[in-house]
Amino acid sequence: MHLTTRDVKKVASLAKLAFSESELAHLTQQLGDIVHFVEQLAEVDTDGILEMTHPLDIHSALRADQVNACLPRKDALANSPNSDGEFFLVPPVLGK
Amino acid sequence: MTRLELQSATELGRKIAAREISSRETTQYFLDRVEALNSRIFALNLVDGQRALELSDNIDKRLQAGESLSPLAGVPMAIKDVLCTRGIATTCGSRILNGFVPPYDATAVEKLLSAGLVPIGKSNMDEFAMGGSTENSAYGVTRNPWNLACTPGGSSGGAAAAVAAGLAPISIGTDTGGSVRQPAALCGVCGMKPTYGRISRYGLVAFASSLDQIGPLAHRVEDIASTLQILAGYDQRDSTSLNEPVPEYCKQLDAPIKGLRVGVIREHLEHESLDPEVRAAVERAQLLLEDMGVTMVDVHLPHTKYSVPAYYLIAPCEASSNLARYEGTHYGFRSSAAPQADSPLESMMVNSRSEGFGNEVKRRIMLGTFALSAGYYDAYYKKALRVRRLIAQDYRSAFDKVDVVLGPTTPTPAFKLGEKLDDPVQMYLCDLFTVGANLAGLPGISLPAGQDETGLPLAVQLQAPALDEVQLLNVAYQLQTAGLFQQQVAELS
Repeated sequence: MHLTTRDVKKVASLAKLAFSESELAHLTQQLGDIVHFVEQLAEVDTDGILEMTHPLDIHSALRADQVNACLPRKDALANSPNSDGEFFLVPPVLGK
Repeated sequence: MTRLELQSATELGRKIAAREISSRETTQYFLDRVEALNSRIFALNLVDGQRALELSDNIDKRLQAGESLSPLAGVPMAIKDVLCTRGIATTCGSRILNGFVPPYDATAVEKLLSAGLVPIGKSNMDEFAMGGSTENSAYGVTRNPWNLACTPGGSSGGAAAAVAAGLAPISIGTDTGGSVRQPAALCGVCGMKPTYGRISRYGLVAFASSLDQIGPLAHRVEDIASTLQILAGYDQRDSTSLNEPVPEYCKQLDAPIKGLRVGVIREHLEHESLDPEVRAAVERAQLLLEDMGVTMVDVHLPHTKYSVPAYYLIAPCEASSNLARYEGTHYGFRSSAAPQADSPLESMMVNSRSEGFGNEVKRRIMLGTFALSAGYYDAYYKKALRVRRLIAQDYRSAFDKVDVVLGPTTPTPAFKLGEKLDDPVQMYLCDLFTVGANLAGLPGISLPAGQDETGLPLAVQLQAPALDEVQLLNVAYQLQTAGLFQQQVAELS
């Protein structure tokens, strides 16, 4: 497919990233090259082949439902850009 | 004084255990080298000498008290800055994790510490392990100790450069598409990616969870085997770690390999991008193996051409999901730009991500988000996962015929800094011979194999069936003994 600046803007909004207009032009070209490159895969006949999401046969790992020690709140909050010692603080979800 | 950087980690461990030299002296020796040389190559982005000396004193005390410790106890090492280290900054080479100090150790780090190894610092890397040149670090570019104008490879470029320049006898890297093996090859050291799941990923900051694996780098194969011995094993905290017995990796190293069957991957050896001197190195390894009574067999991995495209869909898809956690809330960097009035929280997240991530990481998040988005998921992501199965099947068919396969690690020796930085597809093609093992979950090791005419290291790669590290290390060790390479340290003076 041919990737346009509009496509890239839409993907950026899904990815929660913002780009300037000049970044956007450069990125559209680079992502276009990469998409063109990976589109080689279309040549491969994969009819009847199952997707391989993981190299191993994954089994659900279960453990006894016991309460274990977890990270103390003080440690969990220690790296936060902003907290009140009890909660992570962020700007309001809803604006004006 | 004896030049400790010219000795193997195993030899240093033996001398420390025999108390011929103390761990403190050894650690101080390597810290002095770091002090003198690190600024030239920027292999380590954080050095914690005081803590390292305290740890060595503790090891020396325990040895003095007659305690029997692991064979590598007291030996200094460097840890890639993608592994969480309790109380010590962990940045992943990213601005977005600037100031992050993990409240816990990765399982791998915990195991190394309890085996008595002495971390002297964190090694520089491409941001979030995305890249093949260690130019994508927010903290600076790492240079190749053999030629400062060249890249050390990546993403574990700091790890490889640290060993190559004799700043640490061992370093711990991670390999998602070749990130241990490729820099090991370009810096002239040994580097191994074990079977997926062999080493716990708990505390390894995730890039692509179905591909990431921790692996050691060192000068000699026995050092790799001893380090793997410490790292391998099941961990309840990583549900993808393998609950399989851990064999003794050092025991079979010198077992005869006469009668073994080793495959030469024709698609790799005959690839148009392969440098003639790298090809000659593989052929030298082939002759050494034949001299030892190994039967060489041609094998085919017919989907080789599609491994890089499949990888560059699957890895970015997983990355775009894993890196969604960085949004300036729980840890790391938060943008100080004023949030938009109509959506304050969302704009804080967008600003933090846009200012905090570098270009390559953004490209991959974008690519992954695109390939997972409605309308493209089937054509790109699912298609890549189907091709992944075909690639894994190619390996399975090859291993029906042979015990181990041989080929190049990289298409060329180290390339110039800046050369591929603005051409992502060219950079991605450097991973051609390494991504297959990640897609299929198999172990692989890169071994030095002399130098090209300009003095840059050459390398070969061996790969084995899942969980056959014993056989892989055995063949690697025999190639080392037969003279494929000598331990070498780049002279930076």
